[in-house]
Amino acid sequence: MGRRVATALWQNILWIGLSAWVLYYLVQSPTETLGDIKTGFSNGTIWALIALGYTLVYGIIELINFAHGEVFMIGSFVAVSIWAWLGISSRSSTLVIIAGIGGVLVVSMLASGSLNVMIERVAYRPLRNAPKLAPLITAIGMSFILQNVGSLWYGLPQQVPDLIGSQRTLFSLLGVDVVRSDVFAIAVTLPLLFALIFFIGQTRYGKAMRATAQDPDAARLMGINVDRTIALTFLIGGLLAGAAGLIYALYNGTVRFNQGFTAGLIAFTAAVMGGIGNLKGAVAGGLIIGVVQSISDDQYGQQWTEAVVFAILIMIMVFRPEGLFGEEVRPG
Amino acid sequence: MSGAKSGAAALRSGFGSTRDLLPRWAWILIFLALALLFPYVVPEILSGGSGDDLLDASVNTLGYVIMALGLNIVVGFAGLLDLGYVAFYAFGAFVVGWLGSGQFEGVNLDFITDVPSTLPGIHVNFVVIVIVAAAFTGIWGVILGAPTLRLRGDYLAIVTLAFGEIVPRVFENWEYVSNGRQGITPIDRVYFPGVGELNYPIELEGIYYVGLAMVLITLFVNIRMRDSRLGRAWIAVREDEVAAAAMGVNLVRTKLWAYAVGAAFGGFAGAFLGAYRNTVNVDQFEFGFSVFILCMIIVGGMGNVAGVILGAIALSMLDRFVLPQLNDIPDKIGLSFDLTAVNFGIFGFFLLVMMVLRPEGFIPSTRRRLELHSGDEVGDAAADRSAEVAPGEALYEARH
Repeated sequence: MGRRVATALWQNILWIGLSAWVLYYLVQSPTETLGDIKTGFSNGTIWALIALGYTLVYGIIELINFAHGEVFMIGSFVAVSIWAWLGISSRSSTLVIIAGIGGVLVVSMLASGSLNVMIERVAYRPLRNAPKLAPLITAIGMSFILQNVGSLWYGLPQQVPDLIGSQRTLFSLLGVDVVRSDVFAIAVTLPLLFALIFFIGQTRYGKAMRATAQDPDAARLMGINVDRTIALTFLIGGLLAGAAGLIYALYNGTVRFNQGFTAGLIAFTAAVMGGIGNLKGAVAGGLIIGVVQSISDDQYGQQWTEAVVFAILIMIMVFRPEGLFGEEVRPG
Repeated sequence: MSGAKSGAAALRSGFGSTRDLLPRWAWILIFLALALLFPYVVPEILSGGSGDDLLDASVNTLGYVIMALGLNIVVGFAGLLDLGYVAFYAFGAFVVGWLGSGQFEGVNLDFITDVPSTLPGIHVNFVVIVIVAAAFTGIWGVILGAPTLRLRGDYLAIVTLAFGEIVPRVFENWEYVSNGRQGITPIDRVYFPGVGELNYPIELEGIYYVGLAMVLITLFVNIRMRDSRLGRAWIAVREDEVAAAAMGVNLVRTKLWAYAVGAAFGGFAGAFLGAYRNTVNVDQFEFGFSVFILCMIIVGGMGNVAGVILGAIALSMLDRFVLPQLNDIPDKIGLSFDLTAVNFGIFGFFLLVMMVLRPEGFIPSTRRRLELHSGDEVGDAAADRSAEVAPGEALYEARH
């Protein structure tokens, strides 16, 4: 009996450690930590959207799409460029701003989505039957190419017009001010998540994706066009990354060409935390990482946050590679 | 495609027959003579100031060759894809920063240097420093490698990448040891009793020979280790971990040795580059550098010592000499950017193209030949004509 309890404790050591860590700061400085949790959740929606792209792709071809962070960065850049080109700023009328955000959201999602499909075609499809690490290396190459494209596009950090009045307080809850950017991030993310769940769970294409993830050979025998299904997966991942890029631009107020590398690693941590291949896990992982980040920003200073997130990544990979919620990839 | 393939085969047999013209020791002597004469011949021929640039690039290249040979042990021999090699560069460079500068003002220690003894800080002879750096970094290789032992493939790659990101962050934030973002500078010049202090920002020949000697040591150790019992164990683990374990290879010890030796060379080269560049700064230690070194191995031919050296020379010369020389080309064709600003994009492109078209590298490793006549090829630049390695075959472990 005691032994079983001990095993259960050991297996959930990361859960326990994480909750204890959050609880400690919650008791020590309640209001501050509640504020961190709020910021973490809204920031975490961005990581969740990116993490979904990793997890979808990993679920279907067991590849870490290393260039995914750069796809997200390009989404941000497309949005910022179009706003600059159309001259939309915070002084434009409300109607123009709403139309501008809505229209640009669609455009940057499509741009990132088609970019991701193109990456798949150029860098991964030729290596479909190669050893598993070969596409990982081309993915790194692709990521570097895109980062340089970004640095030629905007060499310096680029200011984003504050279209949503991001720091304006909407309401207060338990002494925590909820600002517009929080609401904006969640308001854009939630419909996308529901659309994704519907698409994967209810449509023919979603069924084809699940079948391919389970067993590509059997799926092919059942008449599923596996190559097209994989391209579709990349398209969806890219669409979500494009949306994340737009949210990130408005949420943070600046974009820069190397934002994709860090964001990609953070989101990958989230995907692994949720159990790679597990969609709900990726969302939960994104939110948890967001909270960890903002508490760490507050308590240890921003310069340590990256190291904290990477340390968590290592601990999960070493102690619980199936993630906190269990992974959903094909056996063997 | 088939045309390209037969062309490559012809090139390979070309290599082979050229190699057979002279005995092995003659080739070694020829390459050694070329390397020794290089600083007095080639830079003199170039006009203007580019001769000095070339020599500067060559000294850096020597450091990169050591690193590529070190990473080749981990990635090429043992098959463990390490994306955080830059961490070991950082450890080595910081060792030279700690033991050869005024960083620790509270201490005053001199050991075989001609630094005035009144100067604060630790000042130790360069030879001692590189040995300490290699040992220190090797220990860190084991410490960072130990958690990854159970992992395989892409998970291993990501964990090493995370370590490669954490180590520079820790150095950056821990100002007592690293001086923060300013870095440690100046570093003591390399000094040998009897020769004196090398005068290297002005005359580069001396430091070139120091680097060349370090490359030769690395090369010797590399080849001897590859052909040793341990080296064969590495290759067995790369080919099939389960089979190797069943044959009695101790996986833990074999992998940890690979990490330790690979890391030690990273530290060895890191100390050299830190001393040569006269500064140790966290900005030098970014992820791109790990990929740069990895790119050398992949372009040259993973697991093949000659290929790795060739890849390292080609890419670091491209980075340090060719790109700066061609810097104004985009400007001439009406594009407003520097070629050096997109160097990592160019390396990324190489990685992509090599992996898709020729994943075994320009000079593929001749595993079969090695297995049949172990210890038979030293500094071998050729491929076995009979063993056509199909693209992607047995490059890493064949399972997941």
